[in-house]
Amino acid sequence: MLIRTGRDGFQHPLSSEITPRAAYQNRRQWLLSAAAAGGALGWAGREAFAQSPAVIKAPGRLAALPGAASRVPGAQAAEKPTAYADVTGYNNFYEFGTDKTDPAARAGRLKTRPWTVQVEGLVSKPGVYDIDALLKLAPMEERLYRLRCVEGWSMVVPWVGYSLAELIRRVQPLGSAKFVEFVTLADRAQMPGLSSRVLDWPYLEGLRLDEANHPLTLLAFGLYGEVMPNQNGAPVRLVVPWKYGFKSGKSIVKIRFTEQQPRTSWNVAAPQEYGFYSNVNPQVAHPRWSQATERRIGDDGGLFAKRRPTLMFNGYEPQVGQLYAGMDLRTFY
Amino acid sequence: MAAASRAVQPWPQRALLHPACKPLLGVLGLVPLAWLVWGAVANQLGANPAEALIRGLGDWTLRALVLVLLVTPLRVVSGWTALARVRRLIGLFVFFYGSLHLLAYAWLDMGWDIAEVLRDTAKRPFILVGMLAWLLLLALAATSFNRAIRTLGAARWQALHRAVYAVAVLAVLHFFWMRAGKNDFAEVAVYALVLGALLAWRVVHRRARGGSQGSSVSSRT
Repeated sequence: MLIRTGRDGFQHPLSSEITPRAAYQNRRQWLLSAAAAGGALGWAGREAFAQSPAVIKAPGRLAALPGAASRVPGAQAAEKPTAYADVTGYNNFYEFGTDKTDPAARAGRLKTRPWTVQVEGLVSKPGVYDIDALLKLAPMEERLYRLRCVEGWSMVVPWVGYSLAELIRRVQPLGSAKFVEFVTLADRAQMPGLSSRVLDWPYLEGLRLDEANHPLTLLAFGLYGEVMPNQNGAPVRLVVPWKYGFKSGKSIVKIRFTEQQPRTSWNVAAPQEYGFYSNVNPQVAHPRWSQATERRIGDDGGLFAKRRPTLMFNGYEPQVGQLYAGMDLRTFY
Repeated sequence: MAAASRAVQPWPQRALLHPACKPLLGVLGLVPLAWLVWGAVANQLGANPAEALIRGLGDWTLRALVLVLLVTPLRVVSGWTALARVRRLIGLFVFFYGSLHLLAYAWLDMGWDIAEVLRDTAKRPFILVGMLAWLLLLALAATSFNRAIRTLGAARWQALHRAVYAVAVLAVLHFFWMRAGKNDFAEVAVYALVLGALLAWRVVHRRARGGSQGSSVSSRT
């Protein structure tokens, strides 16, 4: 049930209001002046700086996985990254338990090598990809994405990976392929959360093929310049920044191309609460709570930091809004 | 009862009758709050301190509720009649932590936007149930003074204060609904079982006495 109030009526803000332009330009200025200070002047200098991965400092916990700063539009949020400790200590990964601290406490035993990802279904080139082959499939990029959880909190995460489109291009989907299904690991021996009946395992997610092919849809192998911590979905996961976090499956073992819209775990568990699309949308409330605002983890002010307004498509409307032109986002929530 | 207690008193009874008992209990009841406040100040509440604080205050409300409902069964079973002296204080701690729980939610989650709080209450059954429980606690706390007992009359006062049983049911429902999204009911089950047992004891005890005392109002509630 959708409850309309004066506050969350169906009005789109102007895209110019959504993109934090001032901050974005500030960052460009900063990049420019930093490049200038380094002795490189003008366009070439900025290019040189933008390709260096030096913006994010690796914490030195795991194997390094550097990526060049991504040039994909929208891939560099002009926001402060959430602290590494919070990104890796406050997680929803129900295979390890439903408490936010469970994944960090229990995912240590997850074996991420050997690891393969099976690509099957409506593609010309199905096959089994070894994780090492996937790591070399395309150049690694660093992308600073906002992450908005359906529960009403958010982070800013510096992921490392490449567009899922790189993989899709190589496996050549057939004309009949309309959707992509993601199957994630469900191993009772390694994942104590599987004994809970909170969801049907394995955890399934899915995207429309055009969503999967969007350059912002990231196949992520790491964060903070290092390989993916287990609790964040090692060794390979999806990141779809304009959708609620649960759409981004972790520890992926199978990618299947289908003609029919795939079943997704949360939709199966609670269809009236979680639809297939699950785009971040401040105007469409969850049946049990408003989605108009969010709490940014680690925001300045700590305990007393004010909740922030949630942005349409999590602030990625300029990039992805056209994917949903003409769709009623209240029906397709 | 009085004759027995004038003999050599068991130590819990002596401790409960000691003049320092209530002040000590009062200080003890503030320890969880001090712990949470310290956690907030020292940034020890994790990645989402607001959520940790709101939930921590809710947990302590439930724990105080368990304690206050434990008083009478324990008094009857053990014969430590002086337990009755601390029941009101523990009850006021239920109200105290429940109120802080509500204030923390209104402040940290809702930013003191009262209209938003009302919308949220209408929208989310678990918030509504929590609000109802707090309103009942407010009524009980407001009539917890000796003068209120005299004004209302013992029978009416006692009938009103049986609302604490409704608070127990609402509190468990509030907790249950809050966890329903994750199907994670292990902790809810513990509180439900303990509170359920404490309420069931009253039903059984009342029925056992029912034959001899009829519907008379006794001091044992």
